[in-house]
Amino acid sequence: MEPFEHHTGIAAPLMQINIDTDAIIPSREMKSVSKKGLEDGLFAEWRYLSLTTRKENPEFVLNQDPYRSASLLLTGENFGCGSSREHAAWALYQWGIRVIVAPSFGSIFYNNCIQNGILPVVLGPEKIKELQTFVELNPAVNQLTVDLRATIISAGSNICYPFSIESSDQQNLLQGLDAIGSTLKMMSSIEAFEENDIHRRPWVYL
Amino acid sequence: MGLTLIEKIWQEHEVINQGDGNSLIYIDRIFLHERTGSIALKGLEKANRSVRNPSHVFCTLDHIVDTFPGRGDETLMPSGKDFIISTRSSAKRADINFFDLGDPKQGIVHVVSPEQGIALPGVTLVCPDSHTCTVGGLGALGWGIGSSECEHALSTSTLTVKKPKMMQVIFDGTLPVGVTAKDLILHLIQKFGAAGGTGYAVEFSGPVVKNLEIEARLTLCNMAVEFGAWTGIVAPDDKTLEYIANRPFTPQGETYHKALTHWEQLRSDSDAHFEAILSIDCETMSPFVTWGTSPQHAIPIDESIPDPAQETDPSTQKSMHRALQYMGLNPGTKMKDIAIDAAFIGSCTNSRLSDLRAASEVLKDRKVASGVKAICVPGSSLVKQQAEEEGLDQIFKAAGFEWRESGCSMCFFAGGESFGEQQRVITTTNRNFENRQGKRTRSHLASPATVAASAVSGKLNDANSLEIG
Repeated sequence: MEPFEHHTGIAAPLMQINIDTDAIIPSREMKSVSKKGLEDGLFAEWRYLSLTTRKENPEFVLNQDPYRSASLLLTGENFGCGSSREHAAWALYQWGIRVIVAPSFGSIFYNNCIQNGILPVVLGPEKIKELQTFVELNPAVNQLTVDLRATIISAGSNICYPFSIESSDQQNLLQGLDAIGSTLKMMSSIEAFEENDIHRRPWVYL
Repeated sequence: MGLTLIEKIWQEHEVINQGDGNSLIYIDRIFLHERTGSIALKGLEKANRSVRNPSHVFCTLDHIVDTFPGRGDETLMPSGKDFIISTRSSAKRADINFFDLGDPKQGIVHVVSPEQGIALPGVTLVCPDSHTCTVGGLGALGWGIGSSECEHALSTSTLTVKKPKMMQVIFDGTLPVGVTAKDLILHLIQKFGAAGGTGYAVEFSGPVVKNLEIEARLTLCNMAVEFGAWTGIVAPDDKTLEYIANRPFTPQGETYHKALTHWEQLRSDSDAHFEAILSIDCETMSPFVTWGTSPQHAIPIDESIPDPAQETDPSTQKSMHRALQYMGLNPGTKMKDIAIDAAFIGSCTNSRLSDLRAASEVLKDRKVASGVKAICVPGSSLVKQQAEEEGLDQIFKAAGFEWRESGCSMCFFAGGESFGEQQRVITTTNRNFENRQGKRTRSHLASPATVAASAVSGKLNDANSLEIG
């Protein structure tokens, strides 16, 4: 996983609440037993007028310039609710999204972002509205900057908001850690737990 | 201060307390299916890692497999066969428990895990599927994860988990006739929102929950994720112990008796602390149905579609407008005046034997309204077999329902079968999202009895009204 320290880019406003992972990537766009090639299916039902011809819907924000090159998303409450499909995070990343700013996130999706080098920023709706206003004045120029080490999101010289993130999530993103590798180093603790637990709860061990 | 049930299970599984709100939690059971489990197994193979404890890992075919009678590996979904074959061969190589087509243990993961005694009170169970919280109905701690976390659990038997806040939801009073667990959870989500439980683990309690049968508790916990919660749980009691006795993976003999002693202690202490407590009076509840594209767009079936103009929050108002447009509905329309094109009974929410019994009671000696496509998909091969032994399949078929093989089926549209554009479906599933059941398909969530009553009425209706009129 690519380490994430800071990021500056164009932010696309997708201001709806409860955007679910079925909308982020519909089930029928997950065509193969693979984590790759999912960017084409991102927001497919909203992005295309026809799923077969892939004719673009000009009204969808990510089909408009300069949002076509966006790497941040500004969105509504409960983003990524619903299905646990990690394809939602993979599709966003592969399309080019690195930061998602929302008042709240679906909890499985949030974890999937951390696992894949996408920074989920939790910010109040009023603050997101201000960022949106700033961006929309001149989207190509009015880019947003996120500094994960300082936990700050800023817009131009006047807007600068701190955000909070669990320190473990912050560290995982900063270092681009291989979580399995780190845990495998704790195998002696896991084995010690099992040796004790098998006496307490023998029925668990098949 | 005492502990909540979830805190007790948490403590019991804590391998390492990482000191920052995170713990390395021991995972007792892992369940996989061909949709996302296939990718996790393949990912593991690619990284040259192995499944650490194969006997604790289970895999079924449910998401992509067709449900037509006589089905095989071929699917209506293009490339669906690849998922099935890949899952089967990865499962074989990893030497995990695999429930293939033709095996009575095959079925929807969240129906199979309680039914086979794989989910037990106090165990931790994960699956790369958001409805894993279903097993909370037995007092198990289950939650949905992504594929990366699944690979982590498979290769280390653990997961790093952020400890959630504790919420208690009390369903008070007595449940009126015809009102079910499905109505309870829709009511909760309608009242507190689809993000109402975000950041929380929810314990469902109160006299109504105490009186629910186990399968109804599974339905209740199933949709905890639709409430935004990390998971939902009900404290195990005598009904739970009776339910789990003598299932294929339930412990036997001396170990069983040791387990019983343990399970009987699994409840929140009287002085346990919950960061949030919500209460719902069920005394005057009616059956619920959804009108929009989020589970929070639910109302009692006797009421009319709410007017977005009455909504004060602008983003909620906007989402209501969008939902009405998608659903092709107008504010003020009586729910019971809405005509339907199709009826679906199935999914991890409502496809167990008790659900099929409830629907068949309504359908007995009645016919599905003309022009309504009606489908029943039992939750597991075992449920199907038991239902057939009781003759329920005959009732469904006589009424005009299709009777299928088990699987997730049309709970979602994976590219195979769907209800079609702008078709209006009354469904026992859990998600009424845009395009979920098919392109432009309009889904109304409800209980099995309400779906059956609507199917015979040709429009939204509940079973109580059917009897009167």
